Amino acid sequence: MNVLPYGDRALLLELPDTAAVVACVDALAVAPDLADLVDDLVPGARTVLVRACPGIDLAALRTRVAPELSALEMREKGPKVQVQRESEHPEIQIPVQYDGPDLSHVGELTGLGEAGVVAAHTASPWRVAFGGFAPGFGYLVGGDPRLVVPRRDSPRTRVPAGAVGLAGEFSGVYPRESPGGWQLIGRTDARMWDLDRDPPALLTPGARVRFVVA
Amino acid sequence: MSALHVIGTGGPCLVQDAGRPGLAAIGVGRSGAADRSSYDLGNRLVGNRPGAAAVEVTLGGLEVEARDGTVWVAVTGAPVPVEVAGRREATGAVLALRPGERLRLGIPANGLRSYLAVRGGLDLAPILGSRSRDTLAALGPAPLAAGDRLPVGDHPGDEIRVDAVPARAYDDRPLLRLVRGPRDAWVRDADVLVRTTWTIAPASDRVGVRLTGARLDLTDPARQLPSEGAVRGAIQVPPTGEPVVFGPDHPVTGGYPVVAVVVDNDTDRLAQLRPGETVGFVWA
Repeated sequence: MNVLPYGDRALLLELPDTAAVVACVDALAVAPDLADLVDDLVPGARTVLVRACPGIDLAALRTRVAPELSALEMREKGPKVQVQRESEHPEIQIPVQYDGPDLSHVGELTGLGEAGVVAAHTASPWRVAFGGFAPGFGYLVGGDPRLVVPRRDSPRTRVPAGAVGLAGEFSGVYPRESPGGWQLIGRTDARMWDLDRDPPALLTPGARVRFVVA
Repeated sequence: MSALHVIGTGGPCLVQDAGRPGLAAIGVGRSGAADRSSYDLGNRLVGNRPGAAAVEVTLGGLEVEARDGTVWVAVTGAPVPVEVAGRREATGAVLALRPGERLRLGIPANGLRSYLAVRGGLDLAPILGSRSRDTLAALGPAPLAAGDRLPVGDHPGDEIRVDAVPARAYDDRPLLRLVRGPRDAWVRDADVLVRTTWTIAPASDRVGVRLTGARLDLTDPARQLPSEGAVRGAIQVPPTGEPVVFGPDHPVTGGYPVVAVVVDNDTDRLAQLRPGETVGFVWA
């Protein structure tokens, strides 16, 4: 695990894969007295950005984070613990109408055909790795590897809220109307972002997600 | 409850406070005042607790009227001509707006963002613990418009201890400090950043300051960086090679390599740079 400086207020932890990112955020979030040092934890696809609270020295933060990372590396070697940790996150079911404008194109790209794409998308559970595109958007990983497709050559200027898409290794649901370049395979009525709910995001990092045919 | 009534605006006028830390995991960025030191100074002048909501005024032009009681205010940041009920006043001074009196801000002589701090703070409904307008996520109070009523809070938290502080002035071509990395190896020559006099492009905003003047060549333009977290001050290099410095409303994660990060304290100065002005960098 690499720890890189990120300006004078943050450290960037490099991790082997997205599953390790999820485990790292889980571990750091509950680490005792780290909350007094850390302003924010930002999971990425292969990294966790750790932002120091005002007045906290980066060297001190690095010293405090190091044992957590070593413990994590040790734990990664024991797959049983991994399974236990995953089960602490609830499974969220998202009902989808698979009638997206790119469904047939994704069927051609993957060679699975439309029905095959739907079967692959619903067959295995996904996990929320990180957010960042918009409030409530979760990058989902761990799905069927045959569903890896490139982004659209030209992004759409308007993607409706609830659109379900694929891009690279990720799947995701647009929380609100926005521009977007993902391949759209369906849509859901599930509310991904609701300010009257606590937390407002339906998907939080680590959560397990299963798509079901609506 | 006393209030400020918005008579008119010039450039964007946004309610800002200390922002929403700790919500990156659900895709919500920090946002908050772009020039934090000027915003904090304003709150201190009017005896507020840190974090009270103020108005961030871009390139002046705001006009407000006190209603239902006297409102104590101070204007900090970009030195803007200030008029209260037709009298010329100074930035950095604590001013009383009696009911019916209007405060008018002209165009700042230099700098970009002025802060109108209000004793008691602007008492608007917080969203996820903050009254900041996040322009990228479209969270928080809408940009101010003529006819808006801004209720003023009753509990400032402290006394007014000073009458005035000297007004700020912003020189052209400030030198800001940079920390190298984390992805400096993704460009052929990261030193282009410190060798170039950069110009602030017109498309700059609270999401990012766009710089023109040179290009940073990516070593492998086809290589894709998996998205990673960002902070304000992070300098991203997109495929065009023209760097973008993230501002307070930056995306929570980004997919272009960050080759250097502006020292956090220097990002306040960055927030005062106008399109067309120049800036230099030096390695910290």
